[in-house]
Amino acid sequence: MSTSKFGSKLILAAVALTFAMPLHAQNLGQVVGEGDLANWDISIGRDGVGLPTGSGTSSEGSAIWSEQCSACHGENGKGGPAGDLVGGIGSLTSLEHNKTVGSFWPYSTTLFDYVRRAMPYYAPGSLSDDEVYSIVAYLLNQNEIITDDAIMDAESLPQVEMPNADGFISYWPVANQ
Amino acid sequence: MTSSKLLPLSTEEHAAGNGLVSRRWLLRTGFPAAGAVGLSSGLVQAEELRVPDWSSSPGLDLTGYGQPSPFESEVVRPTLPLFPEGIGDGSGVSFTPLEKLAGTITPNGLFFERHHSGIPEIDPTAHQFAIHGLVERPLVFTVEALLRYPMVTKTCFIECAGNSLFNSFDEAQQRTAGEIHGLIGNAEWAGVSLAQLLDEAGVSPQGKWLVAEGADAAKMSRSIPIEKAMDGDAFIALYQNGERIRPEQGYPMRLVVPGWQGSMNVKWLRRIKVVSAPVYAKDETSKYTLLQKDGKSRQFTYEMGVKSVITSPSPGRELGAPGLYQISGLAWSGAGRITKVEVSADGGASWAEAMIPDQTSTRALTRFQLPWQWSGQSATLMSRATDEAGAVQPTREAWYEPYAANQLFHQNAIQVWAVSHDGGIRNVYV
Repeated sequence: MSTSKFGSKLILAAVALTFAMPLHAQNLGQVVGEGDLANWDISIGRDGVGLPTGSGTSSEGSAIWSEQCSACHGENGKGGPAGDLVGGIGSLTSLEHNKTVGSFWPYSTTLFDYVRRAMPYYAPGSLSDDEVYSIVAYLLNQNEIITDDAIMDAESLPQVEMPNADGFISYWPVANQ
Repeated sequence: MTSSKLLPLSTEEHAAGNGLVSRRWLLRTGFPAAGAVGLSSGLVQAEELRVPDWSSSPGLDLTGYGQPSPFESEVVRPTLPLFPEGIGDGSGVSFTPLEKLAGTITPNGLFFERHHSGIPEIDPTAHQFAIHGLVERPLVFTVEALLRYPMVTKTCFIECAGNSLFNSFDEAQQRTAGEIHGLIGNAEWAGVSLAQLLDEAGVSPQGKWLVAEGADAAKMSRSIPIEKAMDGDAFIALYQNGERIRPEQGYPMRLVVPGWQGSMNVKWLRRIKVVSAPVYAKDETSKYTLLQKDGKSRQFTYEMGVKSVITSPSPGRELGAPGLYQISGLAWSGAGRITKVEVSADGGASWAEAMIPDQTSTRALTRFQLPWQWSGQSATLMSRATDEAGAVQPTREAWYEPYAANQLFHQNAIQVWAVSHDGGIRNVYV
């Protein structure tokens, strides 16, 4: 907004004081470059948009798992106090349904997004992107969704097909039965 | 209430079986006086009134921030950590003690909590809120800047999608109304229209969804259809019931999406990214999705269904001697106004329409009440709400029909309280 325009607006405002200010008149945000948002912009799209460079494998993830994850999530992603992340595939229609990464989560990209943003619980953000890829690879491998030597990176991860990818019915904007 | 002899209700007063009294009678006479409604008076002589100590000397000094009476020290939120100690500390829920409150507004200190990684201790002068993604101008706002915007004010409830989780157990749990249904709170929120801020950033035509994200350690995030903001509905709340939002409610700011799942009302809001499609965050795939018997799961079930619960009488608010009581409870719907609440005292065999003193509030807690002449025999109390969209609260059995066993999200089934002859009250399934 230029100074001269601002002056004329003041006069207008004085004349029309009883009218409501237009809603767009505030403009108190500061313009910020997308680059300056990089530390915050951690959302990963289903198509993999936002995945960082780096990579990891299940064997690399295995060591990190024992150190960083197993206390809450179990030695092999099973039996931990925070619930199973491995197993249960095919169980969703049974009375003992077990909703895990393998049996329930529809997209592998969600796993990277969540591990990077929120895990490990007591020190989120402390893992490198390579380590996050490795843990993701470990969990996918434990669930027998990818092979032992599969390399997870920005290209391969979104292509992983999860067993329950077709298991969801969207109710927005209407029930898609 | 003193014991009094019960007489039959007149035809005019009778509304439904097992002693329910017509709300029309309540409307006409106001709050019923003892002795009315077919009750013999049986008045007892009171003793001489004495002057208590607190009327005989000056009281306490002024205080900067008032606290409840020490005699109300048991009115607190029951807390429920979700994991064993040392595993996910700070992740859990606390319940609004519904049965200990009256009216419709939830006091700020008793408003339920659900945290995914504890309560961040945010310095408001260091907090920033960004709007970016598919916009012409990514913007970042300080709290101070947002406080200069025109304020919108709305009274609405926020309800956790996992509310009533204890009624997902196979056997009815003996807990209070608040412990079962208290993952809900109702407040007057004041803040800034999200549509206004999005307009300032300039949403591109490809922008169809918003990713809202908190500044907590879990950086809790949800995808939200942009319509919820652009129709003027969603806003960024800075105040709750007149004061700045409490830390456990998102200080210094939270998103409010009236009528929708609690977890979409992102607390400690730090960022909204405009995107073309939902990001399928953990809390809209792994959690907050509704597993059906056929193994498929309902997703993006945003609106909270029509629901009600009798808060008095209820477990912990047992009955005394037989006689006249006021059945009182709360009803709400994410779809809008509550148009009708029916009450049954005979397990659903007959229903009477309750009085709703304020029928204008939309997507907000609504109080209902109905006089009840309790005979001293066992009774089965239920309430059933209807909203302006015509949706009627289902029975638990009907609600579970499509869902897998123990599916707990969006449960809005009718609550059943069994009253025994000694006035005790239990949670039961029928």
